[in-house]
Amino acid sequence: MKTFKGRVINGGNATIKAVVSHNGVNSLATFQSSVIKKSKIAYGSDQNNKDVFNVELTGKALCLPQTIGSTTGGIVIQQICALKINPKAFLFSLPIDSLAASGIVLATVWENSDVIAIDNLGDEFLKTVKTGDTLEIKEDGTVTIL
Amino acid sequence: MYKPKMQLTKEQLAILNGSEGEIKAKVMETLVRFGDIFNASKLVKVTHGKGHLVTSFGISMLKPIFNTMDKINNAGLTVKEGFTMDPRPVDFKNVPCNLLDKIIYSKVLYSTQKKYEEQLLKAGLKNKDDFSCTCYLKEVGNTPKEGDVLSWAESSAVVYANSVLGARVNRNSGMLDLFGSIVGYVPYFGLLTDEGRKATWKIVLKTTKLPEAQILGSTIGIKVMEEVPYVYGLDKYLGHEINDDVISYLKDFGAATASNGAVGLYHIDGLTPEAKKKKESLIAPNAKEYVIDDAELERIYNSYPIMWKNKNALPSLCFIGCPHLTLNQLITWSHRITEGLKETGKTKVQVKTVFTAAPQVVEAFKKYPEYQALINTKATISSICPLMYTSNPLTKKRNLATCSNKLRTYSMARFYKENDLLNIIIGKEGK
Repeated sequence: MKTFKGRVINGGNATIKAVVSHNGVNSLATFQSSVIKKSKIAYGSDQNNKDVFNVELTGKALCLPQTIGSTTGGIVIQQICALKINPKAFLFSLPIDSLAASGIVLATVWENSDVIAIDNLGDEFLKTVKTGDTLEIKEDGTVTIL
Repeated sequence: MYKPKMQLTKEQLAILNGSEGEIKAKVMETLVRFGDIFNASKLVKVTHGKGHLVTSFGISMLKPIFNTMDKINNAGLTVKEGFTMDPRPVDFKNVPCNLLDKIIYSKVLYSTQKKYEEQLLKAGLKNKDDFSCTCYLKEVGNTPKEGDVLSWAESSAVVYANSVLGARVNRNSGMLDLFGSIVGYVPYFGLLTDEGRKATWKIVLKTTKLPEAQILGSTIGIKVMEEVPYVYGLDKYLGHEINDDVISYLKDFGAATASNGAVGLYHIDGLTPEAKKKKESLIAPNAKEYVIDDAELERIYNSYPIMWKNKNALPSLCFIGCPHLTLNQLITWSHRITEGLKETGKTKVQVKTVFTAAPQVVEAFKKYPEYQALINTKATISSICPLMYTSNPLTKKRNLATCSNKLRTYSMARFYKENDLLNIIIGKEGK
């Protein structure tokens, strides 16, 4: 068991499986296919990100450095939360970027989403956590790899 | 009810608490929560009241926009001084489209475009032709002054406004641009602050000639990502005044830094307004250094992936103008194409070629003889967003070519240096 502590952006408690992207996640490229198809479960559709391409993301803890790409990124996160196909938690190793922050806030204020977001978990977190690990996330920003 | 961490004025707090209605309170809450994440100390006035919105396309996948816009329209919220928009996603008249393309664009991808534009008009869009990513050009007229605070999101416009005009704006997401324009405040952090505008990278240019703007911007963006670069050596080629040629160059340079990295502000030694006034005091202590020479530019250029299935195929469609071209660039391209065709003994472009520019710039271009000369070559001029054109999955099977690093990054289009692309268009080179 290893525990990491980050900054709480949107708090919550959950015990869920991790999906890890070692590179920045392009929100539009990753989720656009699931949104267009109105899928019940989102699978990563960004061919440039092998860590999440074709990987189930709904309900998971998406562990990533930051998001990247188009400035529609915030709206895409709002949309997946509105459709309830979002990762349950976004766990950032770096400080959250402005596009992801916009998306989390838009989802919280306009969609009443309970999506969890924690940032500043550190490089070590992203080096340690593996896709498929079970994570225990606590409201105070503690993330434990079980 | 949300408890803000930042200091709000009585008026701002009242809006947050619903004094001007539930929807305006939500708009304010969104901005305050966003600012709190970045430890913004306060909200500051948007001093350039004319907004610019990045989300210009009624794409069916972004349903929350339309729901939120309905709420904003129903609450009677508007941007008092109006706003301009990024380019429209379709132009059936000037951009090659077959019947299937048209069905996909109008019935599937952008089926909500008409409804969305009606929502935009209610929210403050003043002119049905105000659709361009280059809203800051004089022909379009949404041009902030030095020191103005803005609420924009289009990344190429943000980096231009910050760097070339000396205005202040963060790299916002879509919708946040509209919200800041509606309430007239934005959170004070990042590129709005003096500290956030300091360069953390020194870029030393040691090339033997003026680099192509798109490749130099890409090279710097890839290296510095979201940090602020201070560039030495470019004034040697561009001079010390912002003239039409410099505007065109810095527009393309900035767009490449913003799309290949996430740059929101750059300083050019001896040229951009803050660099001219504050000089090296703009550079943060312990700034990193990156030397760029001809070999480094070539290394970056050669690293661009070619996403076409058949890498030796000929392009089937060329897009020039992402971001939209300036008047100066349209005139120059017209000369290059017509003179090139004379050289190859041809009269028409050898590959379908679309030049893109703001509607107002195209209108201005029509007054020049170079307009008709370009049209005579069967090239077309459009105000479409080339990126939005490539959202159609059918376009992935086509061999799109461009000299835009932004279009390359977000699509399957192949990047060519300007001269190489010109040679293809005029039939001088096969591939």
